[in-house]
Amino acid sequence: MSTVAPVSRPTEPHQPPPGPAVGLIRNWKTPVALGVFSILAFVLLVVFGREGVSTMRLSTASDVIQLPDVHLPTRETGIVITILLFAITAVSFWLVVQRRKTPIWLISIFAVLALVGFLVWAAADATIPVPGLLFGSLSLAVPLIFGALGGVISERVGVVNVAIEGQLLAGAFTSALVASITGQPLLGLLAAMVAGMLVSFVLAAFSIKYFVDQVIVGVVLNVLVTGLTGFLFSQLLAPNAATLNAPPRFERIDIPILSEIPILGPVLFRQTLIVYLMYIAIAAVYIGIFHTRWGLRLRAVGEHPQAADTVGINVNSTRFWNVSLAGAIAGLGGAYFTLGSVGAFGKEMTAGAGFIALAAVIFGRWDPIRATLAALLFGFASNLQNVLSIIGSPVPSEFMLMLPYLVTIFAVAGLVGQSRGPAASGKPYIKS
Amino acid sequence: MSADRPESPQSEAQPAQPAKTADPAEAPEPSRWHNVFREITTGNAIISVLAVVLALIVGAVMIAFTNKDVQAASVYFFARPGDMLAAIWDSVAGAYSALFQGSIYNFRRPGFADGIKPFTETLTFATPLIAAGLGVALGFRVGLFNIGGRGQMLIAAALGGWVGFALDLPPVLHMVVALLVGIAGGALWAGIVGLLKARTGAHEVITTIMLNYVAFYLVSYWLREGFLKTPGSNNPKSPATKATAVFPDLLGPEYNLHFGFILVIAATVFAWWLLSRSNLGFKFRAVGENPNAARVAGISVKRMYVYAMLLSGGLIGLAGVNQVLGTTTSGFGAGIDSGIGFDAITVALLGRSRPWGVFIAGILFGAFKAGGFSMQAAEGVPIDIVLVVQSLIVLFIAAPPLVRAIFRLPSPDTVRRATPSVTKEVAAK
Repeated sequence: MSTVAPVSRPTEPHQPPPGPAVGLIRNWKTPVALGVFSILAFVLLVVFGREGVSTMRLSTASDVIQLPDVHLPTRETGIVITILLFAITAVSFWLVVQRRKTPIWLISIFAVLALVGFLVWAAADATIPVPGLLFGSLSLAVPLIFGALGGVISERVGVVNVAIEGQLLAGAFTSALVASITGQPLLGLLAAMVAGMLVSFVLAAFSIKYFVDQVIVGVVLNVLVTGLTGFLFSQLLAPNAATLNAPPRFERIDIPILSEIPILGPVLFRQTLIVYLMYIAIAAVYIGIFHTRWGLRLRAVGEHPQAADTVGINVNSTRFWNVSLAGAIAGLGGAYFTLGSVGAFGKEMTAGAGFIALAAVIFGRWDPIRATLAALLFGFASNLQNVLSIIGSPVPSEFMLMLPYLVTIFAVAGLVGQSRGPAASGKPYIKS
Repeated sequence: MSADRPESPQSEAQPAQPAKTADPAEAPEPSRWHNVFREITTGNAIISVLAVVLALIVGAVMIAFTNKDVQAASVYFFARPGDMLAAIWDSVAGAYSALFQGSIYNFRRPGFADGIKPFTETLTFATPLIAAGLGVALGFRVGLFNIGGRGQMLIAAALGGWVGFALDLPPVLHMVVALLVGIAGGALWAGIVGLLKARTGAHEVITTIMLNYVAFYLVSYWLREGFLKTPGSNNPKSPATKATAVFPDLLGPEYNLHFGFILVIAATVFAWWLLSRSNLGFKFRAVGENPNAARVAGISVKRMYVYAMLLSGGLIGLAGVNQVLGTTTSGFGAGIDSGIGFDAITVALLGRSRPWGVFIAGILFGAFKAGGFSMQAAEGVPIDIVLVVQSLIVLFIAAPPLVRAIFRLPSPDTVRRATPSVTKEVAAK
């Protein structure tokens, strides 16, 4: 795992110049990918540049600190951004010639610039509410992040988790049911965790005890949960919607000072309990996996179960309980659908979010922070088209909807490339 | 990634057998009846049958518990238990007989020709499932997990459908051209994935999922204002397929079964030949079993990934074309794939990625689909129960030890004797 193993730094004196992550092979992939994106930006922002003024609204009416709207001349901004993009690409080429890697922050700046350029281009003579855009993105990303965290834990411990979709759906269903009956959203949240865990129990039992291929179990569990929730929804919830499918939703909680930070404050700190739990979960999973004994054992079991067994770690029970934990976390994400955003449970309401979360896990190279970022990217991209369809986008809406998925393909092919999961992921451990 | 994550289910569907330590020579010679009994109870066939039975039992429990009459009778269960049992029997028997009569043979209709009609429906539903299942199974055998059936079907249906309604060609030629164009479309759409994997190592699970969405929006756009749009209509729906391109009916106009079923049989034979008899298929399987070993043996793993995705997409494309030329010939929308791309994964898993296994699994799932609709119409049992039963069947079949434990069947590799637990360093490798 590139993310775990320390980068092997050259120690011999005759090695090439020092610097972070010096590679011996020139890898042209990153600069070429950046170059392609730059050329695309040139075509879109300059060749097909639009006249007008783009307005970015940075504050909502309820903010204490009011920022003025930013007015940008569309074409000129596009030209400046294109030049900057080409400059970054040139730096990247130069770095590769110097046999150095393009740092991740440079790629991030590139991505943000490209995004701003696109937004400005799309918003010619229109206004983009930036806080609304970001808020919606986070809302759409919450279940993806929970799902991705569950996926990361599960795969790190050596069990491929294709069942994220099922865990989300089970969580959404159970939380809606329990919260409606009890009137307590907190109990709904707990029930969602239990439901996600139950799905995980099946996944764990079949893959660990019966050595069934984990991908099979995952795919089948998704179908099973879809069928079960759909059946129970049609038979029980739909006829008694008022008593069984009207869950109370979590209230938004404003964090006193933090929520007044311009732009990001209202987005991050005027959220429901589930979102705050998500922040905690991200930090806990990250610290847990990389900085605790539990995490070390978990990774050892996922990378080399024989070795873990030799030093006295019980491989199968470690796997079982961590997969269950992963299910509980993914179940929380499911609860967000019913207790956080939508309200009532609907048939197949997760609509493939679990698969996007799976993509985020792989995109994020099995790292909780990167997977979170990937999930945020998906959330942002899905929300972008909502906002653009309101202000009237110049391209057909289908292409806007397609964009996040195309960007993902390009990013996976160009920037991530060969991703290597935990070595023993997907393999049952048979102690002999 | 794929190098160290075997996704070929067939290699693990059979549970890895613990090292046999029992020495048969020491055991006393069992009687012949005992041998026959053991062969029956430990065979694969009995597991499959029992898996279906178990899944149906679970389905029955769900039907009974959610039935209104049963719930009403359960209130006074201790006063008159017979009422509740009768209600349970009515609900379950009603549902399952509707399932049977909707998928195999309808006894209420006069004559064999009418009575067998449900079975032809089953085959019609099975046709695209088998084709797409073969595609997914082919991917599994090469170690590729093709979740992109939806996108490949959509592209195939769009291109094949376009040839079907836009071109004017003589009868048979028109159909063949539409078929080939559609299959090529599916193959190329999947080929993108293979190429990306071979060239950049992009994981096929991500790219196929993403391409599903891309295909969906692309086809939606084409239907709204692209080349698939019906002139003068605001519906996002294509014009009807021309009669020259429509698959001929196999059993006359009163049955829905069409030529697509013959094509699917041919595709199954082709897939079987390809995987078990051809040079390419050998390389495919070698890559699927162990890409590193295959590379050492001189097989170009990357090229195999591209070829496998092309063929897999082509087979799934056949399912897509089948939809527009056979099943829905009156014009199609962006939902023409109707979830078959995902169902195909389950079909391939149930068929253990063997072509004929997929064929049988496809027919079973086709029967559930055909029967599920009539069960929903006749008994008001939601069709989702079919999903539950299907997935349970796959789960149970994948875990023979569980089925054996439930029915207390003997395990095939235990001669009842305490096996000494010997730690083998070699086995641990």
